[in-house]
Amino acid sequence: MRYLPKSPAERKQMLAVVGGKSIDELFSSVPEQYRLNKALNLPGPLSEAEIIQYFKARAAENSLGYTSFLGAGVYNHLRSVITDTIIQRGEFLTSYTPYQAEITQGTLQSIFEFQTLMCQLTAQEVANASMYDGSTAATEAVLMAERLTSRRRVLVARSVHPEYRAVLKTYAKNSGLSVEEVPMSADGTVDTKALQSSLKEDVAAVLVQSPNFLGVIEPIPDVANIAHKVGALLVATITEAVSLGLVNAPAEADIVAMEGQSFGLAPSYGGPYVGVIASREKFVRQMPGRLVGQTTDSNGRRGFVLTLATREQHIRREKATSNICTNQALCALAATVHLCLLGKEGLREMAHQNLSKARFALAELEKIPGVRRAFDAPFFNEFTVELPRSVKLVNAQLLREKIIGPFVLGTAYPELTKHALVCVTETITRVEIEHFASALRSALEQPV
Amino acid sequence: MSEHFKKASQHVSQNERLIFEISSPGKRAFELPPLDVPAADAARVLGRYHRHEGVSDFPEVSEIEVLRHFTRLSTWNYAIDLGMYPLGSCTMKYNPRVNELVARLDGIATEHPYQPQELSQGCLKIIKLLEDCLLEITGMDSITLQPAAGAQGELTGLLLIRAYLQKQGNPRKKVLIPDSAHGTNPATAVIAGYQVENIKSESHGQIDVEKLRDLVTEDVAALMITNPSTLGIFEPRIAEIADILHRKGALLYMDGANMNALTGITRPGVMGVDVMHLNLHKTFSTPHGGGGPGAGPVAMKRILEPFRPTPVLIEKDGGRLLLDANRRESIGRVKAFAGNFGVLVRALAYILAYGPGIRQATEDAVLNATYIRKNLEGVFELPYSLPSMHEVVFSDARQKQNGVNTMDIAKRLIDYGFHPYTTAFPLIVPGALMIEPTESESKEECDLFIDAMKSIAQEAATNPQLVKTAPHTTRVGRLDEVGAARKPILRWKQTPARSEAAD
Amino acid sequence: MTYPPSYRYTQQHEWIDVKDGLGTIGITDYAQHELGDVVFVELPKPGTKIQVGKSFGTVESVKAVSEIYAPVSGEVVEANAELEATPEKLNSDPHNSAWLIRVKLADPAELAKLMDAKAYEAYISEKNKEASA
Repeated sequence: MRYLPKSPAERKQMLAVVGGKSIDELFSSVPEQYRLNKALNLPGPLSEAEIIQYFKARAAENSLGYTSFLGAGVYNHLRSVITDTIIQRGEFLTSYTPYQAEITQGTLQSIFEFQTLMCQLTAQEVANASMYDGSTAATEAVLMAERLTSRRRVLVARSVHPEYRAVLKTYAKNSGLSVEEVPMSADGTVDTKALQSSLKEDVAAVLVQSPNFLGVIEPIPDVANIAHKVGALLVATITEAVSLGLVNAPAEADIVAMEGQSFGLAPSYGGPYVGVIASREKFVRQMPGRLVGQTTDSNGRRGFVLTLATREQHIRREKATSNICTNQALCALAATVHLCLLGKEGLREMAHQNLSKARFALAELEKIPGVRRAFDAPFFNEFTVELPRSVKLVNAQLLREKIIGPFVLGTAYPELTKHALVCVTETITRVEIEHFASALRSALEQPV
Repeated sequence: MSEHFKKASQHVSQNERLIFEISSPGKRAFELPPLDVPAADAARVLGRYHRHEGVSDFPEVSEIEVLRHFTRLSTWNYAIDLGMYPLGSCTMKYNPRVNELVARLDGIATEHPYQPQELSQGCLKIIKLLEDCLLEITGMDSITLQPAAGAQGELTGLLLIRAYLQKQGNPRKKVLIPDSAHGTNPATAVIAGYQVENIKSESHGQIDVEKLRDLVTEDVAALMITNPSTLGIFEPRIAEIADILHRKGALLYMDGANMNALTGITRPGVMGVDVMHLNLHKTFSTPHGGGGPGAGPVAMKRILEPFRPTPVLIEKDGGRLLLDANRRESIGRVKAFAGNFGVLVRALAYILAYGPGIRQATEDAVLNATYIRKNLEGVFELPYSLPSMHEVVFSDARQKQNGVNTMDIAKRLIDYGFHPYTTAFPLIVPGALMIEPTESESKEECDLFIDAMKSIAQEAATNPQLVKTAPHTTRVGRLDEVGAARKPILRWKQTPARSEAAD
Repeated sequence: MTYPPSYRYTQQHEWIDVKDGLGTIGITDYAQHELGDVVFVELPKPGTKIQVGKSFGTVESVKAVSEIYAPVSGEVVEANAELEATPEKLNSDPHNSAWLIRVKLADPAELAKLMDAKAYEAYISEKNKEASA
């Protein structure tokens, strides 16, 4: 087997050293009645060429050749070949968590740079080394707010990603946390009146997403004011991180929980992505996840180490701030490289292209009779439209034009029966937008 | 191989500042295609939400500077690609590069989790085949691939147990955890709403079965067992342990972190295990990447299947695959979307490369660990003498007499060109040296490691100061962790004296 | 370091110095030595009720967290705010300036169950013997 570096003769030599007659003797501690004693029924072995062939065949059964207008928490953005070149370097790819600082300064410094970039983007003071993804980051941020306030109620805007809310529910169920939802108002933002009326001094956190799941930007400063009046913390979650190039950072939030997939990570059918938690310095001891800090070595040279580790499970065990161990370091590295490549101007330009293309697409769609923008509040690269008929039926017709249509909102929001969430990033060309608009027009013109 | 061959020698290491310190305004490393639609007036359409100034202090550098920056940083890391990485419990094995290639294919990496399922059959077939392979390997009945890592797998497993017991009328109060367990076990039990009861290992480092009989009451929901244990020792009475739990209506959870000792040899499904997680980034070779991403699939017995997190993969007539979110008894979601799919792709590629021959990997892993144990037995103290499997745990008891502890030995190992083993774990061994070579090491690499360890033991006896001040060959010496924790500096900030911050 | 004769000591290595019904509580020199470099101290707010034998705070080194157990029951009247910025004082001056909390005693009779300096010194010298055995 090509991955195993031993010849039969070497195996024999080693076996002789350990005093075994057969390899089976090495497993003598496994009682006979548990032994498998037959070959596993697995496909393979496959050569490298056959492995590639197998996965190419699967790829061909997917969506190659289609243009997609899906976002809803996962965004297709341009990525530089440099990012992949860096993260495929074995020194990064095949290295472990940097517990031994002297031989992992590369990983440690890059995480320190990641933490800095995340602080700059979110206008927060500290950021951790990464969480699994945006959904678990949002959940852990809420649990962090619970620890900080010692309160047990959480108010969550219904315009937060439905799957993020689902994850929060799973985690909250057994920690005695009650999660209540706050409706949205007519313009698509969180209903601040409803929020105010459910907000009492027993609320640990208010969780909102901006831009929210319907695409619109939430009035973070206003929501923060409302929450802070009763001593609740504002947790802001962001699924489309590119927006931060052009949209104000949630500086007024107490904790920011972000999905960083937009920064150089492929959609990859749902993961791996990279979650971020950023917050205020005074809250750092309640943060989950790893943190890298700057320090000096015995000769006074700058170096980096994992720090404040007493928060974590390997030390505090059942009293840890979270059970997270493995996180998403390589994805955080990809985001770091990607953001360094984009730089200040590149990020702003990418964000501006998203905004421009989404505005153009909305204008094109609004020309179609019966198609209406659903919410008036400002949006970034996603917007909700109401169609004159079922989005599912329309999407089925769009598929014939090699278009993967917008996200169907009706499943998660039963009141939005004919509503679709359209996402347009910089990867979509004007021609594709126009093709989408004309395909949608003809789909709607066809008799039901 | 020459007799005088030494694994390590020194070469120039390049210094590199923080990316923010090499930034200068007006540079950029990435250009977008020109905008082909009318430019939006951001200030007008975003109104009060417009970020006029952009992101302050964001780096501005060119392409080659970015490439060099991260390439230089990379040279400061140790990696499996450079040599043996004997971190016990971490299973740092070779990461085949074809796995990276297939995970990046157009049609794999490009797929959106919400695209129509009829355009996702390739992704779903990958998930299905991996599910089938992992079920065959574990001997369990049902599986979910959603959890993002081992700790999330543990949580999923305990939530399944909780849902099952709840359905019987009482979720119960406690989870029993041996004192040799990973820290994630107790941390997870608390999130699942359970009190943790730590149980002391008996004198051989195993579960004290007689004591367990007394501990398992109607209040106990589950026992979390790691098998083989973190000492690398197989628990031969596991079925008996399962029986004790089952008689009281409790379930057995197995931490599968050490499946690299069992794959192809035996299956947890036949030992009475009710639910377990696997670490694809350990046993199934998906790269550690400096601390993730991973994946922590959870395999279970039939009784727990109704409670699996949504969505679950189902097969329709004609072999069409579907993700079904409509499951009445599900514990809900543990993360968004369908799991760390890119990691699942790599794990499947790994399994396909071996096929049934994966047993050979297990055999080699155990052979390597046993070989190292045999060669170092007289040199380092072996606190538990039962036969070990894929890893071996020594203690620093002998070296401590000269003031040298496990961390010193670990740091000195760096000078010999190896990554340290795991130090100070498991907690039941004071001054532990936990060594897991994996199957990826040749006899030659194992021999070099043994020589290095023997040589360090010699140094500890004759020149302890040399060991205590190690490493001597790295670009930074031992770092001030106390200072870092007392006055945390967790980010770079623009300072007036920025050019002097360089090293 | 000497153990002040006027203090009383616990088996978990806390000390208490009582004057006029007000107890000042800290950790012993032995405890700080076992912990190593202290990097963080977490203390209860004034007004918090503490209970004899129960944990009321934590002391952290880089890789360990230790609970601090109350030698007596009572109500916290003051916590040593200086330790937030200078936790290293716990290593250099554990018996004086690095006191942790001041407590209004609920039941002074509890003091009788604690060790005096002599008994505590005997207790830790036994501990040290165990460790070197």
